[in-house]
Amino acid sequence: MNQDQTPVLVCKDLCISYYTRAGEIPAVVDFSLTVLPGETIGIVGESGCGKSTVAMAIMQYMGANGGIKSGSITFKGRDLTQLSEDQLRRIRGSEIAMIYQEPFASLNPSLKIKTQLMEVPLAHENISKDEARRRAVEMLSDVKLPDPERLMESYPHQLSGGQQQRVVIAMGLLSNPSLLLLDEPTTALDVTVEAGIVKLVADISKKYGTSQIYISHNLGLILETCDRVFVMYSGEVVEEGTIDSLFTWPRHPYTHGLFACIPLPTADKHAAPLKPIRGQLPLPFERPRGCYYHPRCDHFKPGLCDREHIKMEHVEDSAADHRVRCLRYKEIDHHLLKPSDEVKEPIALGKRVLNVDGMKKYYEVRDSSLRALFSGKRIRYVKANEELNFTAQEGETVAIVGESGCGKSTFAKVLMGLESGTDGEVRHKGKDISEVAVRDRSDKQISSLQMVFQNPFDTLNPSHGVGGQLSRVIKKFGGETDKKKIFERVMTLLDTVKLPRDFYYRKPRQLSGGQKQRVGIARAFAGNPSMVIADEPISALDVSVAAAVTELLTDIQREHKTTLLFISHDLSVVRYLADRIVVMYLGHILERGTTEQVFDPPYHPYTEALLSAVPIADPEVTKREIVLEGNLPSAMNPPKGCPFCTRCHRRIGEICDIEMPPDREVVDRHVIKCHIPIEELSKIGPVIIVPDESERIHATKSE
Amino acid sequence: MTTSVTEMRTTGFGPALWRALKSFGLLRESWVGMVGVFLVVFWVLVAIFAPLLAPFDPNASIQPFAGLGAVSAKGGTFWLGTDHIGRDILSRIIWGSRTVLIYAPLATFSAYFVGILMGLAAGYRGGWVDDVLSRIADIILSFPVLVLYIIIIATIGASGFNIIIAITFASSPGIMRIVRGLVLDLRNRDYVAAAQTRGESDWRVMLVEILPNARGPLIVDACLRLGYVIITIGVLGFLGLGLPPPDPDWGGMVNETRQMAMAFPHMTLFPCIAISTLILGFNLLADGLREISLRD
Repeated sequence: MNQDQTPVLVCKDLCISYYTRAGEIPAVVDFSLTVLPGETIGIVGESGCGKSTVAMAIMQYMGANGGIKSGSITFKGRDLTQLSEDQLRRIRGSEIAMIYQEPFASLNPSLKIKTQLMEVPLAHENISKDEARRRAVEMLSDVKLPDPERLMESYPHQLSGGQQQRVVIAMGLLSNPSLLLLDEPTTALDVTVEAGIVKLVADISKKYGTSQIYISHNLGLILETCDRVFVMYSGEVVEEGTIDSLFTWPRHPYTHGLFACIPLPTADKHAAPLKPIRGQLPLPFERPRGCYYHPRCDHFKPGLCDREHIKMEHVEDSAADHRVRCLRYKEIDHHLLKPSDEVKEPIALGKRVLNVDGMKKYYEVRDSSLRALFSGKRIRYVKANEELNFTAQEGETVAIVGESGCGKSTFAKVLMGLESGTDGEVRHKGKDISEVAVRDRSDKQISSLQMVFQNPFDTLNPSHGVGGQLSRVIKKFGGETDKKKIFERVMTLLDTVKLPRDFYYRKPRQLSGGQKQRVGIARAFAGNPSMVIADEPISALDVSVAAAVTELLTDIQREHKTTLLFISHDLSVVRYLADRIVVMYLGHILERGTTEQVFDPPYHPYTEALLSAVPIADPEVTKREIVLEGNLPSAMNPPKGCPFCTRCHRRIGEICDIEMPPDREVVDRHVIKCHIPIEELSKIGPVIIVPDESERIHATKSE
Repeated sequence: MTTSVTEMRTTGFGPALWRALKSFGLLRESWVGMVGVFLVVFWVLVAIFAPLLAPFDPNASIQPFAGLGAVSAKGGTFWLGTDHIGRDILSRIIWGSRTVLIYAPLATFSAYFVGILMGLAAGYRGGWVDDVLSRIADIILSFPVLVLYIIIIATIGASGFNIIIAITFASSPGIMRIVRGLVLDLRNRDYVAAAQTRGESDWRVMLVEILPNARGPLIVDACLRLGYVIITIGVLGFLGLGLPPPDPDWGGMVNETRQMAMAFPHMTLFPCIAISTLILGFNLLADGLREISLRD
């Protein structure tokens, strides 16, 4: 490790602007940062806060319309803003490397991995091909990829997302850079894969002494990977400090707001609901005077916060480097407000609304190859759903949890009548709907079973106005024809989802992601549904927006006594929101039970791994580390025995590979599908240990 | 809030008109597009005001083989000369613009109508519908276009209506391919799923939910295709398969005088210039539209 303490990178008073037809847009203001050798810096913030712009500026890769207005970026004593294009090219990739969000977009699909990896040292150093190849293979095994020799000969599409991202990281490390920029490197990956990458990233700086800048919107990930963290809001850093200091004693109201938006294990949807930050992020050219955060701040003091631009300030009696951009940080007592004083009534559960009984969904795949013709296996099946059994009651929130490809969305499609089930029954209010296509369902059936979609930018038709789209739903479900009455109904709907009434006249492109998702929710609830399926409704939203949408969903659900089927891969949201949880893997339900039952032992080994993979933004919560090996098997060719046997860390022997495990009932309606007896599973300790409120540092140490 | 002035206006009155004006305003920033607009508008005005602009009756035989700027015995000047039968070339070009600007848009529109319906059905329904429609399209597209036109026109006879039929038949498969490709992408959007899950009919999903979102590329393609159709009408006229004489037709004018082109180049040159400027206009307009559609 490099013990030399001269900083690798120093950004000083950096101001970055984009120049567009609308004029100059200041993207980043007054940004200062020092990266020491071997240090990992985290930059966290919501979308549009300028975190990626900072990374691009460090790479000096701003595009034609971006530019550094003032300030300097000094990399190992050289000012990057003064270098020529040629000098920069020699630095990029060899001394500063960057890793992007989507691994499949970072690798060239038409070149072999070997070509792409060897290119890096060949371009920057004067070495032979054999030497480059040797180093590439070595690096692949360093990023914990199995069988590097075989990988060298493969094309990107032959690798899974997690493997691709490892290759990209290997590529970044190949020329042994002094600085590695990671821009949301795990956002496009599944949680268990993410856990592996995060561990790898954390090991890199230890092993190579590489400094890193880790950009993420997820505070939990920052906590697990970084030494120091910068919180950005609307183009400026509002707070910076070491991980311990900032996570334990956050000072800026925005940082507090962020923490209140994250479903930490201490949050509870009834007793301690999430507290979304009100308002929205200001547009870069509409930033308010003074503190950019003041219109959304609960501690705003007129005449003080809205005057001059606020400078970063050292926090008194705190760790050396804790700095905050707030004039009132000393006066604000965050404990008085925390945790949320709001208490919401739990919903009384009613009769059973949904009964899924042995539901199966197979997709036929016709193999027209010659080999298939000879072997007689012309038709193969993708087993998307295998023997699903569970129920949901009125007013209940049932979460279906699993990684991509586990069949959760297929199940939603069958439920909605977009696909028909292969076998078994799905009874909604007593009627089997598994084989009834949506066009054969009555209007009443359709309106009582609606869906909220995942992608806010896709959920509304960009060609039609908000009012028109909502009116259409009411016309369709309400049987209403009177224009005035429809208009009235749309207005009440907009009120329900807490959107201003003049949104009726808006086009979807004029709405932010969160607002679009609200309209999507309004659309789903237009026909007073008895059950709503929400397919990852908040996974594409920023934390503060996600919190608001989550709260909105639970409020409407409480009011209408709707059953909510919440499909998600994010266990922290699920823990907060769900009453019951169904854990799916490769089309099978591996565990189901109430939220407490699933989150406490006995666990299914897969649940255990999932829980361990959830990043938690609380330094005092301890987790047992379980990193899964290998990839999700293909649904075309699932393991013969337990679906999880290929990756299981508690595999007990051959029986796992050969025989489908039995459903073992722990207590009533808590079922685990595993060969390991319940008594044995019960001996395993909890994965997540949350300290008691009284044992917490911030509670004991009075400030 | 984020409501800016433009948004207020878009949501206020006459949104369609405002949007049209706004996209013209955007087009103004692309000089390529503006040249296109100028050329197209020029010919459209010529076609509209043909009776006022044309100095002579386009079909009247007045004075054969007159050169540029020759003065007629009965008064008036043949600015672009006359052809071998003695008809004023300028007047024939002016009246000929009507033929082109009536039949080309009609034929393009009709080709689009058929192509869009086929493309929507093939892309949205998929399965055997797609197989059948795509194979039909493949068969039509595998013929050389010219051969196809000659066969069709030879079979059903040369007339304005039949030109439209021939062009529709030959170009709708290409349009279908474009629409099908766009639909294949758009049908997987969440808003389409939302429409399906509220039990909308297939036609409504195709026409209301999907088609409006495919309009961008289709408008650009329509402008380009309009240019091709003008070429086609010219070629048909040149081959003697265009409008029956004596009505003026640019392609026909080139054909009738091409043997004399060496001696009297003005007889073929000016109709050719007319054809190329109009086509150029539509192509540049398409470029401009593409430019602004890529920018936003």
